[in-house]
Amino acid sequence: MNFGLILLTGIVFGLGAVLLVKFGNPGNYGFCAACQLRDIAGALGIHQIGTLQYARPEILGWILGAFGIARFKGEFVTRGGSNPLIRFVLGMVMMLGALAFLGCPLRAILRLSAGDLNGLTALAGFASGIGAGIYFLKNGYNLGRAKAYQGVSTGIGYLTVLAAFVLLVLVSVNAAALNFSVKGPGSMHAPIIISLILGLASGVLAQRARMCLSGGVRDFMLVRDTYLLKIYGVLFLAALLSNLYFGFFKLGFADQPLAHTMHVWNFLGLFLVGIAATLAGGCPLRQLIMAAEGDTDALACVIGMLAGAGIAHGMNAAGAPAGLALNGQIAVGIGIVLTAGIGLFFREKIVTASKGV
Amino acid sequence: MDEILDLRGLSCPIPLIKTRDALSSADSLTVIVDDEAARENILKFAKSQKYCAECTSVGPDYQIVIFKK
Repeated sequence: MNFGLILLTGIVFGLGAVLLVKFGNPGNYGFCAACQLRDIAGALGIHQIGTLQYARPEILGWILGAFGIARFKGEFVTRGGSNPLIRFVLGMVMMLGALAFLGCPLRAILRLSAGDLNGLTALAGFASGIGAGIYFLKNGYNLGRAKAYQGVSTGIGYLTVLAAFVLLVLVSVNAAALNFSVKGPGSMHAPIIISLILGLASGVLAQRARMCLSGGVRDFMLVRDTYLLKIYGVLFLAALLSNLYFGFFKLGFADQPLAHTMHVWNFLGLFLVGIAATLAGGCPLRQLIMAAEGDTDALACVIGMLAGAGIAHGMNAAGAPAGLALNGQIAVGIGIVLTAGIGLFFREKIVTASKGV
Repeated sequence: MDEILDLRGLSCPIPLIKTRDALSSADSLTVIVDDEAARENILKFAKSQKYCAECTSVGPDYQIVIFKK
């Protein structure tokens, strides 16, 4: 086990996230695979909430950093074909669940490190959702095999990084093709160069560490592997100390930045993310990293997340500091039923075993 | 005869679950995967269970032979 990688990854994510807040991002909003992707959806016009529109360079940096190191290490492989449509749906419900809570599991840890105890409720829901996902995995759930692409079609694996690069250029030059919030959370951001550098560094490390928020809990539940959990421990401590140092720490449930206190829906929101992420083979962050490595199934999941952001904000189903509206509660309920149905019925028969000599 | 598990193209953590289940009823096993994360997870699991594991690259795939010490 590489302790240096564990330490470095935890510190860059934990300290980096708080530094991004210090440099201008909204509170507890240094990194978030869901909210920041939702802001990108807003920049692209997928939703029309004027205060949530900015092509966050942190996410673009994750993709470009993960792509660069994957290419360098010979781990970039264009692959796919393992039921992309269902992965699109799983991405969509992951975003619905995350926006009900107002954050992906990474932001739940970051929120907790700043004293927001709603993060605890959400992480309990997340772990429960992963437990439910493991139940389906143990009962034969799978979406079939992916295959490596051959020849010219391998070009499709570069779609994610190409899109990230184009978005980075557009956001760097304030291009009219993108929406930019002039007020609200979308207007609050660190300078592009700082967001990009921290995004690139954390993207490289997330790729090398195989960082996956659902994977950490899942592997502990399955085989008592604590490797990824150690990264989250370091990340939490680094963010906690940084929050204390910069005066961002405020203990309690109420009046936290970009958060609400509807405990049931905070729990169920990340419950939905946990179950969907386990069935999709990785959390929102991991899907972005895998898409950058050439995995087109993960790209389908990411596109599903973008669509989920459009649905959540188009139908008033996203959480807000005031709470989660009835539409959002219905969306989370439907999402859980839909995801459980996928876990129950998708059991493609795969022959894995043969006898050797 | 060793059992051979072809786990190529399967999402995490299915290769790990299949390997763990197979090892519960076998002393040795050969696993084929094509994903770096799956390779690392299986090697880590084998080590944690005090198995010997040898990994070799075969084209774009990894062949992992796991056996009891």
